Amino acid sequence: MTVLHLNMVTQRAVEEGEAMESGKTTQKYFDVCSIIEMNADDFKELGINLNTVVKVTSECGEVFVKSTIGRQTCPRGLCHIRQGVWANQVVPPRTQSTGEPQYSGFPVTVEPAPEARVVPAVELVQKACNKWNGKLLWPM
Amino acid sequence: MQEVIKHVACPYCGACCDDLEVTVDDGKIIEVKNACIIGTEIYHHASREGRVGTPRRRQPDGTYKDITYEEAIDFTAKMLIKAKKPLIFGFGSTNCEGMAAAGRVAEDAGAVLDNCASICHGSSFLAIFDTGYPSCTLGEVKNRADVVIYWGSNPAHAHPRHMSRYGIFPRGFFTGKGARGRKVIVIDPRYTDTARCANQFLQVQQGHDYELFDAFRMVMHGYAADVPAIVAGVPKEKILEACDVIKAGRYVHIFFGMGLCHSDGRNHNVDIAINLVRDVNEYTKCTIMAMRGHYNIAGPGIVWAWQFGFPYCIDLTKGSVAHMNPGETSSVDLANRGEIDAFINIGTDAGAHFPIRAFEKIGGAGIPMVTIDPSVNMAATVSDVHIPVAIVGVETGGICYRMDNVPIQYRAVVKPFNGILTDEQLFDKIYERMQELKNAGIECDGTWDYATPLADVRPIKEVYQ
Repeated sequence: MTVLHLNMVTQRAVEEGEAMESGKTTQKYFDVCSIIEMNADDFKELGINLNTVVKVTSECGEVFVKSTIGRQTCPRGLCHIRQGVWANQVVPPRTQSTGEPQYSGFPVTVEPAPEARVVPAVELVQKACNKWNGKLLWPM
Repeated sequence: MQEVIKHVACPYCGACCDDLEVTVDDGKIIEVKNACIIGTEIYHHASREGRVGTPRRRQPDGTYKDITYEEAIDFTAKMLIKAKKPLIFGFGSTNCEGMAAAGRVAEDAGAVLDNCASICHGSSFLAIFDTGYPSCTLGEVKNRADVVIYWGSNPAHAHPRHMSRYGIFPRGFFTGKGARGRKVIVIDPRYTDTARCANQFLQVQQGHDYELFDAFRMVMHGYAADVPAIVAGVPKEKILEACDVIKAGRYVHIFFGMGLCHSDGRNHNVDIAINLVRDVNEYTKCTIMAMRGHYNIAGPGIVWAWQFGFPYCIDLTKGSVAHMNPGETSSVDLANRGEIDAFINIGTDAGAHFPIRAFEKIGGAGIPMVTIDPSVNMAATVSDVHIPVAIVGVETGGICYRMDNVPIQYRAVVKPFNGILTDEQLFDKIYERMQELKNAGIECDGTWDYATPLADVRPIKEVYQ
């Protein structure tokens, strides 16, 4: 299976902003934020279809997201997950002594994981904090 | 009866659009005019079903039980007194009155007080401390700037009306031709929607902005011949072309964003941007401005600088001295090192916007945690207590500072949902309760019925008395 080594950034998108204001527990937020955008050629190299789930792994974690190319195109070797819960599963917390985590420019690997489930935001955060009780209290 | 409220300021991004028209009918928001898609959503969210109307306490099984404001305030006040090093983080989405009230609480509690700039434009502050800030107001950009540069920022998405109100399209006093009279240069690793509006797009290699700034500075200093053929992925001729546009401009303005602050180098990227502004001023007039994210994220920088002398990362745990040292007293670093024993998340969402490896050391550390926010966010889903407050700009007014540090008077368009408190009222009540509890003999002992005490941090009293 192809594994891509990419450079990742995470920034705001207007869709993400709108969904965030609707509520982070909503289906809308899940749909617009749990996606990775990458260059069309990188996408081809992965050999997958649009919206196939991929596994993104960094030095500090992994996350499953749907794959897209996106309107705001990335150059080859760069990928982008919209800021929010899914991107932050892989953002390294190192700050270069400025207080700011490494949101832009950290190495990740991207590989197809078509059978994997994209986990909702609440579940991701509560699991990381050992406060997950097995059910979503806020239906999406 | 329907009522149209005009000149309403929007509580979303740092552009603080103050020309909104909101139609209200019987205390409900019906229509919002002039706002962008995100601003509109904020107003409609306020009137939507399912909002949290009372404080809630998390139960051991993960469900939530409604409690009274008195109980929530008592929990928070006790937590702040007992904790050795509580962290109060957020303030991107509240008014200056709330920030000032929180400042008083933080000082009394000996807390670390930090705002979202810590993970956003904090490194811009560091660069500004080092190099200065030759800036202007957005009005000057609109009325004077004929060359506008967006470097590492994407206003089409993050500040949706910025380009139409200030940056590219508006017709100002000396810029009567609007977009036709302006040259727009966008520098970004991605071909963003902002780049589509640009006359020139320079696709810089991600994380190599410093080199590109250096090349621009070489040209400004007269060493154009020595610029390599390709710098940071950008061909030399494109750099020279952009420099010609800059030199020919009557008034050049640079907007910079997270592309500089979040990449490797952090404050050094902003530092060299400010130095470039100094160089350009040898040829023409040039100014620079940070694209601040939230509508009042410039507010803490003003309010707390006045209260404590520092804009962010303020450590008040030492008692009488305020101390700021990003890397040591910044929220993410404190979380990384597990140095805090109580956490208040207010007007932000550390749960969604901190790297999870940092946040799990707060949310999963077994320390008491309070979220103060109008809606259910990620931090609220793991907090012991969630206190809803009125939405600034919708349910309560106040002063908010725009990205150019111009104060804008916000106003309420509807009454607070279910009679919930404002941030200022809440923090004032927390302060009063803290005084009552202290008089009743509650002391800073670092213990909490379920929390793990911090072994290596001594209570203030022990150190300073």
